[in-house]
Order: sequence, then C-alpha cells, then structure tokens
Amino acid sequence: MDFGLTEQQKMFRDMVRDFAAKEIAPIAEQMDHDSTMPDDLIDKMKANGFFGLSFPERYGGLGVDTVTYGLVVEEISAASAGVAVMICVHNSVGSYPLAMFGDEAIKAAILPRMAAGEIAAFCVTEPNAGSDAVALSSTARRDGDDYVLDGSKIFVTNGSRAQFFMVLARTPGTSGYDDMHAFLVDRDTPGLSIGKKEDKMGLRASDTVVIDLEDTRIPATHLLGQEGDGFKIAMKALDGGRIGIAFQALGIGRACLEAAVRYAGQREAFGKRLWNLDVIRNKIADMATQLHAARLTAMHAATLKDAGVPFTKEAAMAKLLATEAASFAADEALQIHGGYGYMREYDVERYYRDVRVTRIYEGASEIQRLVVARHVIKELG
Amino acid sequence: MDFQLTEQQRMIRDAARDFAQKELAPYAAEWDRNETFPAEAVKKLGELGFMGINVPEQYGGAGLDMVSYVLAMEEISAACASTGVVMSVNNSLVCWPLETYGTEEQKMKFLAPLARGEKLGAYCLSEPDAGTDAANQMTRAKRDGDEWVLNGMKNFITNGANADTLIVFAQTDPELKYKGILAFIVETDREGFAVVSKEKKLGIRASDTAQLALDNVRIPADQQLGPDGAGFKVAMSTLDGGRIGIASQALGIAKAALESSIEYAKQREQFGRPIAKFQAIQWKIADMATRYEAARLLTLRAANLKDQGVRYSEESAMAKLFASEAANWIANEAVQVFGGNGYSKEFPVERNFRDARITSIYEGTSEAQRMVISGHRLR
Repeated sequence: MDFGLTEQQKMFRDMVRDFAAKEIAPIAEQMDHDSTMPDDLIDKMKANGFFGLSFPERYGGLGVDTVTYGLVVEEISAASAGVAVMICVHNSVGSYPLAMFGDEAIKAAILPRMAAGEIAAFCVTEPNAGSDAVALSSTARRDGDDYVLDGSKIFVTNGSRAQFFMVLARTPGTSGYDDMHAFLVDRDTPGLSIGKKEDKMGLRASDTVVIDLEDTRIPATHLLGQEGDGFKIAMKALDGGRIGIAFQALGIGRACLEAAVRYAGQREAFGKRLWNLDVIRNKIADMATQLHAARLTAMHAATLKDAGVPFTKEAAMAKLLATEAASFAADEALQIHGGYGYMREYDVERYYRDVRVTRIYEGASEIQRLVVARHVIKELG
Repeated sequence: MDFQLTEQQRMIRDAARDFAQKELAPYAAEWDRNETFPAEAVKKLGELGFMGINVPEQYGGAGLDMVSYVLAMEEISAACASTGVVMSVNNSLVCWPLETYGTEEQKMKFLAPLARGEKLGAYCLSEPDAGTDAANQMTRAKRDGDEWVLNGMKNFITNGANADTLIVFAQTDPELKYKGILAFIVETDREGFAVVSKEKKLGIRASDTAQLALDNVRIPADQQLGPDGAGFKVAMSTLDGGRIGIASQALGIAKAALESSIEYAKQREQFGRPIAKFQAIQWKIADMATRYEAARLLTLRAANLKDQGVRYSEESAMAKLFASEAANWIANEAVQVFGGNGYSKEFPVERNFRDARITSIYEGTSEAQRMVISGHRLR
C-alpha cells in the first residue's frame, strides 16, 4: 500500500487546484444563489478535459487513474460541490455503463462526444424506487429492432444539460432484478422530455430534474450488456460512483477545515484567538482526524479499483466514512463560526447545505452499511 | 414530582396548536423561501396574548406561567420556527427584563404595548466583536444632561428591522469592564437609529436578523433599564429565561421532524414493505423520540423552577444545550429517513434541518451553555 502520489498525480492535482481557485471558487456563491452554472465555466472545463477524465485515450479521454480522478473531484469540490457532482456523475455512473458494456460501434460513436463534453446522466431512481432500485417500474418493450421505453425518473443529476442518459428499465409485467435492462438514450429521442427541476437544500449549482420517457423508441444496439444485466451494470457503476462521491465529500470537508482554522486564527473571544481555546482545538483535531481517516479509506478504494481487484466493500466504506466525516466537519466549522456560520455571507453556510446530500445520493449511508455488512459477514461469518 | 399539565396549560397548548396549524403551517414554506416576515400572524399572536404570555394582566399580558409559555412556543415553532423566535424574543428578551427591572412608568409606557403585541421588541446585545464574549461591548453610552447618547453597532439582531422597541446594552466606562455596562430602552423612531443590513441566512428565514447602527441616538435618562452597573446582570439574567424559550423552539422543530418522520416511515414503501418495518428506521425513530422526550422534560423542569421563583440558570442552560442538540440530531435523522425527498424543499424536514441549526448558536452557543453549566458544577 503506497499512498504517496506520483509526480503526474501531483501535477494534475495542482493544475486542477489552480483552475478551481481561479475559475470556480470566485463564482461558487453566485452559482448557489442563482441555482445554475454558467455555460462559460462548462466550456472551460471541457477545454481542460474534465469531461473525459476517466475515458480511455482512444475515445478522446484523458484516461487518468482513479486516484487522480479522486484528487480532481476533491479539488473541484473544495471550490464548489455542485460543480463537482456534475463532473462525478458524468465521468462515472453516467458514462461507465456505456464504456464497460456498450456495443463497440456505439462506444466509438458516442464516447468521444461525451469525453469532449456532451454531458451524461444516470437514470435509476423513481418516485417509488430509491434505496430499493429493484422496485422501479419504468418499462422497456422489445419491438423489432427497437426498444420502446416508458416511465418517469426522478432526482436525475445533470438531467437538464445532459445529452446522454443511462436508463434502467424492466420488461413490462416483471418485478425481479434480472428483468432489468440498461440503455443509452439520446436526449433528442422523441418521447424523452425534461421535467420539473428540484428546489434543493444545497448543491444548487447542479441541476436535479425529472426525466419522462413516453414511447421513447431506441435502437436495440443501445442496450448495454445483455438483457437482464441492467441491475448488475447499475450496481457496478455505483461502486465506482461512490469513490467519486467520497472524494466530493472530502473536498467539502477540507474546505470546512480550512475555513474553520482560518476563522479560528482571526476571531478573538475572551482576549484570545479562538484557536487558543481548548474546545476549538479539540474540534479542529477531530475534524482533521476524521477527514484523514476517510481520505485514506477513499485512496485505498481507488487504488484497488486501479489494480483491477474487487473494491465494492472498500468503496462503500469510503463513501460512508467520507460523507459522515465531511458532515461532521461542516457542522463543527459552522459552530466555530458561531452566528456568522449561519449567514450566507460565509462559505460554511453553503458547505453545510451541500454536504448533506452526500449521505443520501448514490446509496444512502444505510445502504453503504448493508453493502459493508454483507461483505464482512461473507468473509467472517 | 408531578408531570401532569393543568387543565389551563392543556388549553393553552391546544389553542397554540390550533392557531399554528391553521395560521402558520400552510404558509411557513413560502415565508421561508421569500424571507417574508409573518407580520399578520404576529399581530394575531398578540391578540391571543402570546406576545406577552408571562406578563401580568395589568401590563397587558396574559399572566400565565412559564410552563404555558414552553407549551405555546413549542406548538408555534413546530409549524414555523421563524414565528417561534419572533415570539420568543418579544416574550423572553424584551418583556421579561422590562417587567423585572423596569420602573412602573417604564412598564406602563413600554411593556404594555409590547405584551399586547401592538409593538414589537428586539434585544440588542451582540456586536460584530462581541458574540459569546458578550462583555466585550463596543457600543458606548455617554451621559449628557438629562439624556444618554448612544453610539455603536449591533449585530445579528432578531426582529431588528421590524421592531419598535429595543433593549440596548452599552458600555459607559470601559475601565469598569462588565460593571460599566448599562441597559437602555430605545425606540426605533429615534433619530440616529438605522437598520444597516438584513442577513441572508441558512434558516429561520422568515424572521429578520439585522445589523443596527446607533449614531448619536439620544434618549431620556429615565429610559435606563435597571440600576447603575447592572446592565450585564440584566443581559445575563434575561438570557437565562430566553434559553427556555429557545429550548422550546428547538422542541417544536424536533417534534415536527419526529412526527413527519413517523408518518413518512409508515407510508413510504421500499423492498416491499413500509420502511417503518426496518430495524434501521425503527432505531432512528426510537432514538429521536427518546431525545425529544428527554429534552422536553429538561425544558419543562427549567420552566417549572422559574415558575416557583427559585434559581434556574443551570437548568435553563441544560435545557437549551440538550434541546438544541437534540433538535439538530432529530432533524438530521429526519432528512435521512426521507432520503432524497428530505433534501427537497417540497418536504418540511428540509426546512426543519436548516431551522434547527441556529438553536445551538443563538442566545448562547452550546459552548456557552457548557460554560454556564460547568461554572455551576465546578463552583
């Protein structure tokens, strides 16, 4: 186990840190306030290859390893978690199913477009299928050389900007997990419509929308993997996705710790700087320790993925630990700021709202615990 | 020890619940979104006697006990925590010190309209550099003949932009440190008073939080509240009671989050059954309910001690510490029970979560409550 970064990983991280400081951090508050992201920023991220991070070079991507990918997500997230989730969803759950299970001709046609910045989204969740993805009721009916999709997907990150949607649907009249199929659906397909945008607590720069599918006819070549592979593909995609969300959380957590230390060094109470008070020092120590432990776990999951060995358990642990550590850090950072922390004027107020979803999406903490427990019981039971 | 509410206390609670569910709950989300001060609702609260619950009837109040105040605050806050804090500040932080330290004239002139809800009060202690360290007052009061002249900035003032009557703390002589602090009654239509800015906040967005400037504000000498040298004591003793109000506000938020979680867990189905059938959810509900009940007992006990006229400073600090932390914990779990829906503004737990967060900060952070409690126990 070696967590020393390579020269190239460091270079990449520093490049992204500079980019985030210059292009993202200064407008993060505005993006949150306006609930949008300027096209100009997305264009700059395209130019820097952020949409092709995890894509193989032969498809026009940068083909970076998972550790580098994690570092990039962390840096972006420390500036704006809303921007980070766009990059995460695009590079992992939005595109991974196609990259791993797509028809070669479709991959050759679509992956370079994604890598160049045509955005990808992931559509599994439905009103009655959250943690229980198997309960989804969207249908896919084979009709000659086509599939016809019907249903409604909710909480679709990137939904309003995406060109491509990974959609999970099932054979009409079935209920099992092996009756589920994964598809690539182009935004321009008749019958696909972008519905209501969610008004969310945080992550407001990122769009979360409803996607409606009505008689949406797609060529059979857009089936990913085989019929019945859908659930497996979605779960595999989420394994990788969770490493991304772990690093997103770590980015927010780091921003919280930095803001807390900065404030504690400036603010005086009882004739002392805050950072000279025991309780504040304890908070800082606990924040840093929890974040560090989470970071090591996330790095470990990333290295396992890069080594090509199973990492499902470690990814779930990383997501669980990192999102809880970052939530703790956000809470303590806000507390250290006192009344100021409750005000929009201070970044910690946004961090506190942004971090809250990390324990919910791409598998709630409760689901991560189920995954970890299942593995541990299999190993030791 | 008797844990039963009296007939009258139950009546007050039911009246508050009825009002809150009819007049507040349907509008709370919209007020939150638009940062709308609930002016009409506050007026109606005044008509119900809720803006001066503990104030004797001869001074325009409802003349009820502190336990009734806790019950009413909880119900109001369960529907709209912003309205809760407007009510709490007027009752605890403005009416109480006027009743306790005011002269007969001050009570007739200032307390009665506040207690009737015809006027609104605000409590001006915090400053940009005086938060938890409240004695570090930079606002200055200078005597000039029959007048006091006030200069300074007040920060994070709840009701600040809507108030008619302020309780202002100021330093008369920095050499004397906290013994130089005095309390004053200041009308907001005095020349030199200005609302500098209104804060954009994480939660309790329907309640205004303002920065106020006092620029050579002149008030008659008889608007000093309490004796010379007693300002800091006025401030601290007022906060002792205020903490019961905020504990009650936190209870209300906790109750709302708990009740909606129970309802949601029973109707939301995943894996073929209501999520209430899963142990992971049952445990959450059990812990939420236990913390809520413990917080409620601590708060009612502090209120009960105050009603008996015995010391309650430590108990009110414990109530505030425990209830505010419980409210945060409960609202946090409620969001988790709701999953993705909990992150959406369509469900009130999203607002409960944001609103709860202030309760462990204002009127003394959790850290300040621990200072009070350990101060008592280590003495």
